[in-house]
Amino acid sequence: MSLLRIRKPKTRKGKKILMAREPQLIESARTMLFVDGRKCGGNVKQCMKDLNQLKKPLVKVLNRKNDITPFDDPSSLEFLTMKNDAALFVFGSTSKKRPDNIVLGRLFENEVLDMFELGIKRYQAISEFKNDKIGACVKPCLVFNGPQWAQTEELRRLRNLFIDTFHREKVESIRLQGVEHVMSFTVTDDMNILLRSYKILLKKSGQKTPRIELEEIGPSADFAIRRTKIASEDLYKQARKQPKQLKEGKKKNISTDALGNKKGRVHMGKQLTGSIQTRRVKALRKTPEEKKENRQKKKVALKTAAAEALAASQ
Amino acid sequence: MDVVKEVLAKHQKELEKYKPITVEKHLECRLDVGTLLITDPNDFDDRELRDNREEYLTALTRENTQLLLNAIWELPTERVDESIVAKLPEPTTVLPRLRKVPGPRPLTKWEKFAKEKGITKKKRDKKTYDETLDKWVPTYGFKHVEAEKSKDWVLEVPQNADPNTDMFQKKIDLRNEKVAKNEIQRMKNIVRARKVDMPRSGYLGPEAASSSQLLTAVTVAKSSTASVGKFQNKLPKEKEARGLGIKELIPGGKRKASHITSNEREANLDLIKSVLHKKPKLNVDKAISMQKEEDRLAREAEGGPVRKAKPKGKGSRKAVGKKPKGNHGQRAPAKKAQAGRKRR
Repeated sequence: MSLLRIRKPKTRKGKKILMAREPQLIESARTMLFVDGRKCGGNVKQCMKDLNQLKKPLVKVLNRKNDITPFDDPSSLEFLTMKNDAALFVFGSTSKKRPDNIVLGRLFENEVLDMFELGIKRYQAISEFKNDKIGACVKPCLVFNGPQWAQTEELRRLRNLFIDTFHREKVESIRLQGVEHVMSFTVTDDMNILLRSYKILLKKSGQKTPRIELEEIGPSADFAIRRTKIASEDLYKQARKQPKQLKEGKKKNISTDALGNKKGRVHMGKQLTGSIQTRRVKALRKTPEEKKENRQKKKVALKTAAAEALAASQ
Repeated sequence: MDVVKEVLAKHQKELEKYKPITVEKHLECRLDVGTLLITDPNDFDDRELRDNREEYLTALTRENTQLLLNAIWELPTERVDESIVAKLPEPTTVLPRLRKVPGPRPLTKWEKFAKEKGITKKKRDKKTYDETLDKWVPTYGFKHVEAEKSKDWVLEVPQNADPNTDMFQKKIDLRNEKVAKNEIQRMKNIVRARKVDMPRSGYLGPEAASSSQLLTAVTVAKSSTASVGKFQNKLPKEKEARGLGIKELIPGGKRKASHITSNEREANLDLIKSVLHKKPKLNVDKAISMQKEEDRLAREAEGGPVRKAKPKGKGSRKAVGKKPKGNHGQRAPAKKAQAGRKRR
């Protein structure tokens, strides 16, 4: 019986997939899963398409309709994300009670960490803006306008979720000419979220830093926050815990002076000056007299030792 | 001096041609250059937001983006493949992970035990000297089996065993058994590491049980009513059990083999043969002691020197242990009475 308690992978590929599902020190880029609800059309479909375009290639799209209600029972959504190895999900549906509904969420340990239901009040797709588009895979600048973003815990989480969704990947460096997309999220007093997306035009300013102008490229949407589910403080803290191994420890014996020069202190072992091979110089060589003296000394030492040994034995 | 003034004025004029890159803000914006993020906590101009929303939003975003880009352009840059690249600092916004931070690998049962007892791994030599082969053979691994084979080219059949047993096959079987046991233990270790509670046997729960096990559970449960499941509803696609016996309810279990076989005569003859030609098992120790006894009796009959049996070392203690008395004297644990039956 005990053999049946766990299932062993049968193929190498299966083993690899299972290994990828285990906790990892450095996690790969977070992919987004697109799931359709019972009914999903019109603005919702368009919005999901645009999101897909913005998130490419970190996406996974499921085309079938699913009889899921994420706020009542998220288990099947959790299962789908687990199977597709996704960290984020978008669930689109439209119904009489909640028209044009989009659920944005993310997972931790195969369970929904937090999700937000956003109702689309107004939507203008990317295709409706007839102008130059940005290139693919551009890391956007994110702008959050409004004092309310930091005021309630829910909005703080939503902001974090938006950053998680749109920031693409963590990068070390960025090409200055490649900063060409900005997304702005504005929260108004009546708790509506206005999403706008612009292309950045770099203009001359007579200085090194350019003057920028914006050109709207879409999508442009007004969302209303409907239902929300946020993780408890404990779980959220646990989810944000970073591995200790990745933290850079303090480097010893390295300092920088006022001029920015790097200085290091190196410890050396004791030098064995006696046995170091140096250049052979005639002047340092032993003379025959010295050699003879040495031999004599050795002889005397041997003799005394022998005499002592004899005395000890008797 | 005039020249300097002139140049400065000219520069100022040139600057006036362009729009400014500076932005005035009432409250300072929070920047996270590592994620290209800016949060503006300033209040909106409500009238503007109501009347011409789009223009206001664009202007607001432009200002904030300008601030962010100003910060990015300040960063140290380097040239990579004919493009200027700015090095971004570490992001300050912490995003949640998908899974927990991996911890240390949990110890196996043996590792735990060894740690408690302070047992450390001993390093075995790569090669050991084999006296029968008269050469150095690998202790394990490559060519170890080959050496073993050349050493054990013949195997003794023990006296009490059937002379026709294949000792080589037995050796292989023994090894296979060991491998299987090891595999089971490995699995158990994995289960223990995952900290899942599982019953050792019986119904394993919906996660672990296979479909056939679940089906069996259903049939057994259904037939467990007073009317042996006669009035129970059927499930869709349910397979009915062959009958009501325990062997029939639980499929897969082997049915009792029929006593009638194709070579019945042969089997019966074998049985008679095994009874009639029964070889007595030889107990060597018993035989030796019996032989000794016989010899001793023979010697006594002859009138030879009779060796007196020496009292055994521990036998002398018998006298020391006193008869236990209730509530009297001290107990002397050092002078222990003989264990076993209580003597009175």
